[in-house]
Amino acid sequence: MSVLLFAENAQGTFKKATFEAATYAYDLAQAMGTTLSAVSVGQVSEEALASLGKYGVSNIYDVRDEKFNAFVNTAYAAAIANVAKKIDAKAVVMTQSYNGRAVAPRVAVKLRATPISGVTSMVDPADGFKALRLSYSGKGVQSFRTDNDKVVLTVKGNSYQITENPVTAEVISADFSASEENFDAIAKEIIKASEGISLTEADTVVSAGRGMKGPENWGIIEEMAELLGAATACSKPTADMDWRPHHEHVGQTGIQIAPNLYIAIGISGAIQHLAGVSSSKTIVVINKDPEAPFFKVADYGIVGDLFEVVPKLNAAIRAAKAAV
Amino acid sequence: MKILVCISHVPDTTTKIQFQEDGSALNSTGVTFVINPYDEYGLSRALDFQEKEGKQVSITALSVGGKEVEATLRKALAIGAESAVRVDKPALDSYQVAKEIAEYAEPREFDIIFMGKESIDFNSAMVPGLVAEMLGMPFVSFATDMQLGEEGAVTLKREVDGGVEVVESQLPIVVSCQKGMAEWRIPKMRGIMAARKKPLAVISGANAEEQLATTSFSYPPAKGDTVYIDADAPEKLIDNLIEKGII
Ligand SMILES: Cc1cc2nc3c(=O)[nH]c(=O)nc-3n(C[C@H](O)[C@H](O)[C@H](O)COP(=O)(O)OP(=O)(O)OC[C@H]3O[C@@H](n4cnc5c(N)ncnc54)[C@H](O)[C@@H]3O)c2cc1C
Repeated sequence: MSVLLFAENAQGTFKKATFEAATYAYDLAQAMGTTLSAVSVGQVSEEALASLGKYGVSNIYDVRDEKFNAFVNTAYAAAIANVAKKIDAKAVVMTQSYNGRAVAPRVAVKLRATPISGVTSMVDPADGFKALRLSYSGKGVQSFRTDNDKVVLTVKGNSYQITENPVTAEVISADFSASEENFDAIAKEIIKASEGISLTEADTVVSAGRGMKGPENWGIIEEMAELLGAATACSKPTADMDWRPHHEHVGQTGIQIAPNLYIAIGISGAIQHLAGVSSSKTIVVINKDPEAPFFKVADYGIVGDLFEVVPKLNAAIRAAKAAV
Repeated sequence: MKILVCISHVPDTTTKIQFQEDGSALNSTGVTFVINPYDEYGLSRALDFQEKEGKQVSITALSVGGKEVEATLRKALAIGAESAVRVDKPALDSYQVAKEIAEYAEPREFDIIFMGKESIDFNSAMVPGLVAEMLGMPFVSFATDMQLGEEGAVTLKREVDGGVEVVESQLPIVVSCQKGMAEWRIPKMRGIMAARKKPLAVISGANAEEQLATTSFSYPPAKGDTVYIDADAPEKLIDNLIEKGII
């Protein structure tokens, strides 16, 4: 019996979400009285692999056949399930990323495990893996349990605190070569969205809406994002009008995010917009209309004209940075 | 070309979500139900294949659920699906729904199974991948574009962290759709009239069992009071955020 982490990499390195999932998997392994193993698929350096030891991973199964260089959900799932069976994993843990959610259901079917998507609290292995996840686009919280003794779960980003639990990690080469037919939907290339910070991984997001009046005014938003090391986002109508690129559109029909800090500028806070951002830890709202619905979910609010407020904020951030 | 479009019957996006007093289920009083918006992208793309690209397609819309989902299936027929199927079982969890879809689809040999990237009630994003694995089909998730090539070759685009991935695959395939795949269509009067006469079959399904039981629903913790900062001295906000360690 053991717990298996799928240590997802992005172009050969591990990101924050993988360490969150690792911490989660380690805590789960502790609760089950067992050790944590991980499987890495693709080309990751020995040092990067060994660094997983910092987060409590004792054994790392390294699947680095060249065929796995490009992401293929079928082949990745076969590789993960192969290791899971070898070590009799009762729980397979991964990130709630695009690729995590593509692979998790396949692994669940292969292992006859219950798939659980986007957990936000620790499962109780002694009581049907009961725990919580969000539902109704963040408007509800679902408590669940399963009678199955095996689960595959994805951990919602930014919902589990990373802690270090150092152990010595042993890297085990797992020469698994999935059969040809597993390479059935092959990623040929990745078109980078922009040089900026990826929206789904950003700690801070500066977002703006129709209150900006036009695309030519976005300079102050980009400036704030740059000063804070933040990603930029926008409301749906501004993407629909091509003021902003589509991949920046957040909300019910856009991207759902949960950063530590979400700054909403000139956005009214329609229910469909909130559905994509309401799980953010801290929300700042800047709007000239004191009745704007966004203020109801705001931690901090500034009622005022964004064209005056935002430049002042940028100056204040610059001053604060200069002071350190 | 045979296309199956799986449709989830969900509360309209403007719904103020409320649960029964005992937290056992959604309180659906006064709630308007609609086609899951992501599922509509697949339906629209299927119609584009036919109307814009001159492909011969037959589109079946399927939903797992009680009698109440029939109105939603009729909407899919009004938009342009040829026929509809309701699997007469309550939709319990991702696994059970996927199993019912897979059992229906297996003998019917669809070329494309379209679904939404997730259903806006449970937001699991699991059903498409489960169906693909159950049927041994390729799967492309979070797809924003799909082009048909020669001899069953397909090229798709999918959203990934920090960009868009171009994926090559082959029919038959399971695709989960999101914004970009197609423009939503508004049903026309003629479509609505025609939908009444289109076939809507009710089948008993495969008695798949749920794996993940919902024990209760509750609400996310309420936000504390909003701290208002004077617009004339917005730098106080920055002081506050720094003090709290947020920036
Ligand atoms: C099915 C469906 C799905 C949808 N999905 C999404 C989604 O995913 N994401 C999304 O964002 N929307 C979505 N919408 C649209 C949503 O309902 C709103 O229309 C949209 O979010 C409004 O965008 P906005 O806040 O930028 O614009 P508005 O509602 O026009 O708000 C602009 C705000 O800017 C403020 N403002 C104006 N000038 C200034 C100024 N000088 N200084 C300060 N403030 C100013 C105004 O007071 C106002 O509150 C969806 C709608 C539907 C029907």
